[in-house]
Amino acid sequence: MSTPTELSDSAAPGSRAGRNTPGGRTKPKGVKRLSKRDKVVLGFMVGIPTLVQLAFVWIPTVLSVLLSFTRWNGLALSDIRAAGLANYSYVFNDSPAFWPAVQHNILWLVFLAVIATPLGLLLAVLLDQQIRGSKIYQSIFFVPVMLSLALVGIIWQLFYQKDNGLLNFLLGTAGTPAAVDWFGNSSVNIWAALVAATWRHAGYVMILYLAGLKGVDASLKEAASLDGANATQTFFRIVFPAMAPINIVIVVITIIESLRAFDVVWVINKGTNGLELISALVISYLIGEGQSIGIGSAFAVILLVISLVPITIYLSRTFRKEKF
Amino acid sequence: MSPNEDRSPFSPFRPGMDRRTLLKTLGVGAVSAAGIPLLAACTGGSGPGASASASTSLTFGSGSSDDVPKAAYQAVTDAFTAKSKISVTTNVVPHNDFQNKISTYLQGSPDDAFTWFAGYRMQYYAGKGLLAPIDDVWEKIGANYSDAMKKASTGPDGKMYFVPNYNYPWGFFYRKSLWADKGYEVPTTFDALTTLAKKMKSDGLVPIEFADKDGWPAMGTFDYINMRLNGYQFHMDLTAHKESWDQKKVSDVFDTWKALLPYQNPAALGMTWQDSAINLGKKKSGMYLLGSFVTQQFTDKATLDDIDFFPFPEIAVEGQDAVEAPIDGLLLSKKGGTNQAARDFLAFMGTPEGQNAYAKVDPSNIATAKGADTSTFSPLTKKCAETIANAKSISQFFDRDALPAMANNVMIPALQGFIKDGTIDVKNLEAQAKALYAAQ
Repeated sequence: MSTPTELSDSAAPGSRAGRNTPGGRTKPKGVKRLSKRDKVVLGFMVGIPTLVQLAFVWIPTVLSVLLSFTRWNGLALSDIRAAGLANYSYVFNDSPAFWPAVQHNILWLVFLAVIATPLGLLLAVLLDQQIRGSKIYQSIFFVPVMLSLALVGIIWQLFYQKDNGLLNFLLGTAGTPAAVDWFGNSSVNIWAALVAATWRHAGYVMILYLAGLKGVDASLKEAASLDGANATQTFFRIVFPAMAPINIVIVVITIIESLRAFDVVWVINKGTNGLELISALVISYLIGEGQSIGIGSAFAVILLVISLVPITIYLSRTFRKEKF
Repeated sequence: MSPNEDRSPFSPFRPGMDRRTLLKTLGVGAVSAAGIPLLAACTGGSGPGASASASTSLTFGSGSSDDVPKAAYQAVTDAFTAKSKISVTTNVVPHNDFQNKISTYLQGSPDDAFTWFAGYRMQYYAGKGLLAPIDDVWEKIGANYSDAMKKASTGPDGKMYFVPNYNYPWGFFYRKSLWADKGYEVPTTFDALTTLAKKMKSDGLVPIEFADKDGWPAMGTFDYINMRLNGYQFHMDLTAHKESWDQKKVSDVFDTWKALLPYQNPAALGMTWQDSAINLGKKKSGMYLLGSFVTQQFTDKATLDDIDFFPFPEIAVEGQDAVEAPIDGLLLSKKGGTNQAARDFLAFMGTPEGQNAYAKVDPSNIATAKGADTSTFSPLTKKCAETIANAKSISQFFDRDALPAMANNVMIPALQGFIKDGTIDVKNLEAQAKALYAAQ
């Protein structure tokens, strides 16, 4: 416990002194003022996370990129053979699941952005009012976020099952030929999966916005109402813009969620028959007996490249802001 | 997910950080990390290896983690130990984990003997030199097995690798009372099958129960039509990719299947095999092409006794001689091959005595050795056993005979697409097969 305090004590005044007293007694530069022990501690504090990051993020990423240019069955290392662009050609030309998967990922993003995220915002705004039992509602909406994917799958099977499911029962079509085959019909099942995904995503967004709404200065709202703004105007012109940092986080989360969308479709049918997603393709080619490491890696690299776009935009935005 | 957390790895080095120290630390870390597998390999190799040479004990890796098969294998090892005074250490691994990790398992420090499947799944690892041939064991037990069993236990180099324990056939299962009521007769030709299906449809039944949400059950239909149309050998060559997918023989399979599609349950893509089994039990459907494990779903004894089956009718060649019957059994790892005790254990599994010990605890499967006790079999089980025993050729199942990547990543989506709209792109199947088999 004592080391971090010690560390900040010694580092912080050093840098401040350097800035504030240019003409005074020459203060030693930061590095030299650190004792040997400080350096060791700092080394560990920076080194361990860096090592973890290297071992679990950077090295696997680089290896994936390299492996995507090889053919490998996952057995002995001596079985690895160079494949050039063959895996990418397989992905783009031969794999019938790839383009549907890209479309579904885009659909996923649009649906979350247009339906699920606004729904979460709406829930947050409603629950932010002084209504009775607000905490209970919050918990109810947040529960799906905490559930394991297996449980989410089981719950939605109960709703969507064709002959005995709740939905067809409510529609009065259970057991009849008119029953909607929510999971089996490939033009319906993606929407069924999106609703299940929304169920989780909206709760997640709600909690973040609830935190954001609490952080908005109440005097802003008062000032707005003094100026004669109604509730809608206050929200869209004052409160929402004031939550800008949260909004950026939400945008990033929504994009990431749509790229890593996986669990719901995997539980339904392992991402086949109308539920293709890039992440599901990565897993089915990389894990288990059916592994073709090269092709799986190629899928993973493509997913990485797509993911880099929003991440780069996000990072460049936050860095730019820091300069002010 | 705070922005601060995300930024931290990108922040410039603090003055206190000596870049060289950092690199040095990283270097040491990387070296030691790389060393771990080597060290593990060393210790892993020497540990069990010591006991292997002693020949009074062996280790047995089992993927049969469900209660009944687990207890059944326990009974086998107990019986073996009682007979030979050789002790067996069993390592049970959850079923799916065992299958998913088999590659790393066999390359690491595997047990001497382990549970696995016949077919390509065995041949593949035999071809990679990860298994020990057991021709000497087969000299002892060979007489206990049919030719089809022997064929299924042979590796790509002609040597023996596998000792079958049990299997179960695929066929059309139906309810005897329903058929008696309606006066249906068992069809022996494909035309008779479609005629029967037509009649069932006009009687308001789903003629052929079908479920393919999980993707694999449809492979059974493909396998049978292919074997009946093009013969067992072609089917095996196709699954091993010695034959091209882009040829008339393959598209003929799908054209033939198209005649059955209108009679198979149209809701198949949203149903699991268990859902379909319920329909069969409720007499909503006429018949159901599946493995005999379908009977596990009928817990009511009256229903169970009312179940019968017939083999897939003949179409063009070889009549009904080939049966789809996945075989489970035992293999010897490369390391286990040096342990005589492990060879004795496999030989024991291949005797009626060993198989009876298993079947006593797990009667849902059919013992494969001749002379195994069949006195406790139900008439249905007896019929299953006879069907297999009389078979000239036994296919495993598409996902056991073919490259797993081909089965899971290509065939499942392709068959689901075919079920949906009756179209299939054999050219694309061949293109994908080429890429996947080339990676092996």
